[in-house]
Amino acid sequence: MKVITVERLTKKFGDFTAVDNISFEVEKGEIFGFLGANGAGKTTAMRMLCGLLKPTSGKAVVAGYDIELEAEKVKRSIGYMSQKFALYEDLKVWENIRLYAGIYKVPEKESKEKCDHLLKELGLEDEREAFVKSLPLGWKQKLAFSVSIFHNPGIVFLDEPTGGVDPATRRQFWEMIYKASESGITVFVTTHYMDEAEYCDRVSIMVDGRIEALDSPGALKREYGAADMDEVFRKLAKRSKIFEK
Amino acid sequence: MERLKSQNRASVICTDLAKSYGSVPALRGVNMEVTKGEIFGIIGPDGAGKSTLFRILTTLLLPDKGKAYVEGFDTVKEYRNIRKIVGYMPGRFSLYQDLTVEENLKVFASIFNTSVQGNYHLIKDIYSHLEPFKTRRAGNLSGGMKQKLALCCALVHKPEVLFLDEPTTGIDPVSRKELWEMLGNLREQGITILVSTPYMDEASRCDRIALIQHGEFLKTDTPAGIVSGYSNKLWGIKGEKMASLIGDLRSVKGIISCFAFGGSLHTAVDESVINIDLLKRHLIDKGNIDVEIEEIKAGIEDCFMELAEKSS
Repeated sequence: MKVITVERLTKKFGDFTAVDNISFEVEKGEIFGFLGANGAGKTTAMRMLCGLLKPTSGKAVVAGYDIELEAEKVKRSIGYMSQKFALYEDLKVWENIRLYAGIYKVPEKESKEKCDHLLKELGLEDEREAFVKSLPLGWKQKLAFSVSIFHNPGIVFLDEPTGGVDPATRRQFWEMIYKASESGITVFVTTHYMDEAEYCDRVSIMVDGRIEALDSPGALKREYGAADMDEVFRKLAKRSKIFEK
Repeated sequence: MERLKSQNRASVICTDLAKSYGSVPALRGVNMEVTKGEIFGIIGPDGAGKSTLFRILTTLLLPDKGKAYVEGFDTVKEYRNIRKIVGYMPGRFSLYQDLTVEENLKVFASIFNTSVQGNYHLIKDIYSHLEPFKTRRAGNLSGGMKQKLALCCALVHKPEVLFLDEPTTGIDPVSRKELWEMLGNLREQGITILVSTPYMDEASRCDRIALIQHGEFLKTDTPAGIVSGYSNKLWGIKGEKMASLIGDLRSVKGIISCFAFGGSLHTAVDESVINIDLLKRHLIDKGNIDVEIEEIKAGIEDCFMELAEKSS
């Protein structure tokens, strides 16, 4: 089953084409890595898929809804987490969970029970009353991810979720992603850590607004004769016009 | 304090440096000696204390305890002298977003009573990447370009010591690689470079590194020295279903730790308990297919995880 279908999606800002006619599909439960250099158009594409930005042309269906005509329904059906903003620092741990549950209209009783269950699962029972700003970064990221899928979305968009996180926590975070994917949640993730690209089922690489490559990490490494994804990425990113002298 | 420069090969010295923000300790007694002309990397995750250390060394923050010297000058008493001879690139983009590339560079040059032409040889390589965009406002540059401009601005007064706080964070792999090549060239010019990064794979670019976590140095050595200090045997393990493979491996006796590293699982083992053939058979019995196991060498990230585990 397709959870994301993108057809000839394009976004222009004035005469600058940020996203240039991209098409791809993502299957249910897939971990889809969305890679690209800075300025390649990842964030713009992601904002369109989340229903936050209208495309100039082309179309996309996310979780069964048209991103342009049914943007509000898209927003309700997805989860979103970014490294820059995920939780309210001045709210307590439980308040953050319940706030998000409320925003996504999770029924009161279910929200309460699930909140207790989640705190237990994350080992954060003792931090229930703690302000989020007092938590170590690694805990915050795990909590933020759990909150982003609290309302059981079909898809979760993760924008550089592991930036700056210590090596052990970064890996624990990916184990949470695996678990979510096994439970049927589709994971759409961007990262600058090339080893993390290897953990994805499929990876797309954007260069200057276009998708230059899309396949499993294994197939991409074979195609580009590369030892790892870092090499694949560098070979592709060099095609960017920015590097033309 | 006499300037120790002439008789000392050390460019930066810290002894028992400590700093807390309220009740939160950021640095818990750091000792460090950076040799003149080396690239010294401070490697650790967010919140480890990297920026606090840099801010103390660049005289922007007072330590609670301990002493620090840059080129023989005391960071507290002789901060004015230090400010003239260091270049500092903070973690957050700190240039004037509304000024053009060219204007930013001129502002920094005039603050330090010099001209862009004066030390142009230092920034030439880097500035050539920016030249096509010299009339563009800094705020409209891509992440990689911003970092290159910030580096030029930190170099324009020909500093003796360069402090770069996470210059490659959030920057794509191509720009990261270019930035490190630029740092290599600057070292050739005799500039001492202190650079922090959360990316463990950048360690090999440094002459020496300090691994930092929770405000403490876990270890300081050359990258090769750190790697040779890894104490366990390490196997790289692959299989078709990595997620279930991790679970199976962690329940095996003799497995000390198991973490995903790109395409394979880095597994620390106690070889007196288990060998490769035994483990392979066990994993296949558990239903794993395409299992491959080979002995591998530890990298910086393996070492960091081992040292962090030991210290906590």
